[in-house]
Formats: sequence, structure tokens, C-alpha cells
Amino acid sequence: MDGDTMGGLSPAATARFGIPVAVLAEITHRCPLQCPYCSNPVEMERAQAELSTEDWLRVLGELADLGVLQVHFSGGEPLVRRDLERLVARAAEVGLYTNLITSAVTLTRERLAALAEAGLDHVQISFQSSEEGLGNRIGGYRKGHAKKLEAATWVRDLDLPLTVNAVMHRQNLHQLPEIIEMAVALDAARLEVANVQYYGWALRNRAALMPTLAQIETASAVVEAARARLGPRLVIDYVEPDYYAARPKKCMGGWGRQFFNISPSGKVLPCHAAETITALDFDSVRDRPLAWIWEHSHALNLYRGTDWMPEPCRGCAHKEEDYGGCRCQAFALTGEAGATDPACALSPRHEEIFAAALRDSATGSDRFTYRNFAGGTLEPVTEPADDAG
Amino acid sequence: MSEARAALGPQSRPALPRFVKLRHDRARGIWVLLAPERVLVPDETAVEVLKLCDGATTLDEIAAALARRYDAPRAAILTDIAAMLDDLAAKGFLRDMSEAS
Ligand code: SF4
Ligand code: SF4
Repeated sequence: MDGDTMGGLSPAATARFGIPVAVLAEITHRCPLQCPYCSNPVEMERAQAELSTEDWLRVLGELADLGVLQVHFSGGEPLVRRDLERLVARAAEVGLYTNLITSAVTLTRERLAALAEAGLDHVQISFQSSEEGLGNRIGGYRKGHAKKLEAATWVRDLDLPLTVNAVMHRQNLHQLPEIIEMAVALDAARLEVANVQYYGWALRNRAALMPTLAQIETASAVVEAARARLGPRLVIDYVEPDYYAARPKKCMGGWGRQFFNISPSGKVLPCHAAETITALDFDSVRDRPLAWIWEHSHALNLYRGTDWMPEPCRGCAHKEEDYGGCRCQAFALTGEAGATDPACALSPRHEEIFAAALRDSATGSDRFTYRNFAGGTLEPVTEPADDAG
Repeated sequence: MSEARAALGPQSRPALPRFVKLRHDRARGIWVLLAPERVLVPDETAVEVLKLCDGATTLDEIAAALARRYDAPRAAILTDIAAMLDDLAAKGFLRDMSEAS
């Protein structure tokens, strides 16, 4: 293991924006579920466009050379790809820490054992709800919830650490206490309480998903009490949703600094939602080595650091703390990716957008538009649904 | 794994669980401890200690080895490394194999 064989970064690039730590490998957009808040772009990439096994085997090597430490296999549903075992084995071989982010509805015990055998280090299962009825309705998949519960027990049987991921919104926030109990019962080490981010599919469904202020306040209190009660037994990651905080979050640790995403067709994105910024062109691992892309990609360099910032960020004392918030949200809500994130109370658009959000939460219909390759399908109307919330 | 945990003592046999990895990071020239969603950067002494945590060697033996290597008092080393490893164990990043069933 000598130190200089890496196809790595130039010292100048390393000094300017650092070495990425983690990468989200979205190996496919195909997924049996149809969550209305899915972070995939509305224009999804089809199977024919996906990178080949050989492409991924090469890219995983390049990631390790670059200095990446962790790779998250995600999607869509990564289990859709039959070569997942080979990709995990390759990642383990080059020393990457491997995480599988899955809906788990198509997982089998045999497949999980094979993945563990290949060197898988960690599993994250997404839950839509703490119970079957609502869970299956949100995911648009029958019997999904029961399969997830079963898969989670296999994960722990194989002594793999488990993270439960729960995406929260108006229609399931009342279940947060039960979701925490479920994570404890499943012997998860970590619970990720993720509030919906409103771009892509979720923006389309904002009226059906946007929580009320009262819900957010209750949720924060529930999380705090659970943390105090459970201690290290369950680590709970929770970030207050943007729409209700005075300052934006430091999205991805800053654009193009610690993290990137590879799309199914090989595009290198600063975050999983960046393709929603339709004005940008992204470089592909099909055309260029990763080290070149990290250093020279126009899209990555565009919003790196603080030089690109307009007022009020430019003169703001917090600019190194939050890097001006989320570019995808700025684009989705103002039409300009380079604007101050309107989640920030200092943004000139903040009041107007905040007001719209509150209106959505108070008056929005609960009906979903499901995520699919057909561009979305409106939830069928059933008998006047008075759900348990 | 979730039961209450006893503090580490001289007879503990610490080991990293299979999902926590101590690895040399070539690109940055440092050692890192990789865990789910976490990257910890142990200091030089911690790295030396962790390399000895194989689940067979007792904490007492680890302290003795380090005392020889650094020519330092064994009792003080034992106290220091027990505290450091306890901290990792509390986060679920270290196990005591003498307790394992
Ligand atoms: S959010 Fe739902 S639909 Fe989107 S990839 Fe995940 S499980 Fe599939
Ligand atoms: S003005 Fe810009 S830098 Fe200042 S807090 Fe708001 S988003 Fe962050």
C-alpha cells in the first residue's frame, strides 16, 4: 500500500474544495414503489440508459483512488440490479465502506446473505409509516410494510447494523412515536427522521405533504424526549424542515465539497436532486475520469465556495456555515439556482414562500400523485377517506 | 447489543464489531474509523490501541504492551485507554468479547 499510486486529485484541487468523503451511487431509477415524495427526478432514466456492470466496477475503483470512504448503493431500488452483489464485492475489495439503501420489499433472506458475504457493511430500510394501511398507500405497493418488517429482522439476524429511514410529512407525522418504537423493536442502531424536501416529485405533491407548524413543533418535542429516554440505544437523526426554520441547512456540507451522487446513467451530481435544476449540464463517468470531473466539472464549480453568492448571502456572516442553503430548492422556488435559498429568513422571497407553504398545509388535498415512468399517476379516489390522523 | 453495558475492565477483550472498520486512508494520509454514516478520525495513540483490539487480547495486556513501547506507567495507560474505549463502546463502535455469549 504505497501512497502514490492513486489516480487522485491535484494538490491544488484538494486544497480548494477537499476530497469527497461519501458517494451516493444511484444504480437505477427502477423501483417497485411509487412514493409521492421520491427524490428521483420527474424525468427518470430508463433501464437502457443505465451504466453497465463493467462501468460500475471501474467507477468504484476510481472512487477509492479519489479518497472516497463510503459508498451508498441506492436508487430507485438497487436490488433491481442483478449485479448488485458484484458491485458490493468490488467496493469491499477496494476498501470502501458499503451501505445498501433499500425499500426492501423485494429482498429475500438468501440475497441478503449473499450481499453480506460479498462484504456489505450496513443496511438502511425505508419505511413509509408505522403501520400497514398508510404505509402501503404511501408507497403505492400492497403488502410492502409487512415485507419491510421481515427484511429488517433478517438484517439483524445476520448481525448487520440497521438504520430505519422514515420520510415524514403531514400524513404520517402523527405516527412518529410509533415509528420510534418500531425502530427500537427492530433493533435498529439508527433512525433517520427525514422531512420531505420539496423538489421533483415532492414539489408536485406539496399540497398533500406539507406539514403544519403544530405538527413540526410536536415532532421536535417527540424526538427530544425519545433521545433523552433511549440514549445510545437508538441514535435519532432529525433535522427540522426548512420551511419552518429561520436559516437554511448546510445542504450536502456545501455544493461539491464532501459528497457527490452518480446517477444511473453515470452523471456526477452535487446532490441526488441536482437534476431538478434543468438549467445545468452534468459530466458523465462514461466520458471522463472521476478525478477530472471532481476538479473541473462546470456544474460542480458553479456554486462551490462563496464567490458565486448574491446578496444577502455575499455580505452575510453565516455564509461559511450554510453556504447559502440548497441550490435545488432555490431553483424550484425562485427559478434561479443561484438565488439565496428562500428557506432563509433573510431571502427577499422568504415571506411569500413561507406563506404559500402554510396555505398548502392548511388547505391541501391529501390525494397523491404517484411516482412512475409515465410521468405520474393521480391516486384513485376511494370512499371518503378519513384516515386515522 | 441494546442491553445495558458494563464498563470495560482489565479483563475485557475489546474488538471492533464487523461493521466498524479501522482503515488507513491513503488520499488524506490519516487513519479513519468507518461506521454507518460516520467517519471518525482517531488520534495516533487511539490508532495504536485499536490495532491491538482483536477480541482475544485483554485490556490489561494491551496496556502492558503500550507501556513497554512508550516506556510509560502501565496503570496510567490502562485508565486512559479504558476511558477512550468506553467512549467508543457507548456509541456501539466497540464490543467486549469477554462478555459475548
Ligand atoms: S422514495 Fe419510494 S419510489 Fe422513490 S426510490 Fe425510494 S422507495 Fe422507490
Ligand atoms: S443570507 Fe445566505 S448566508 Fe446568510 S443565513 Fe441566509 S442563506 Fe445563509
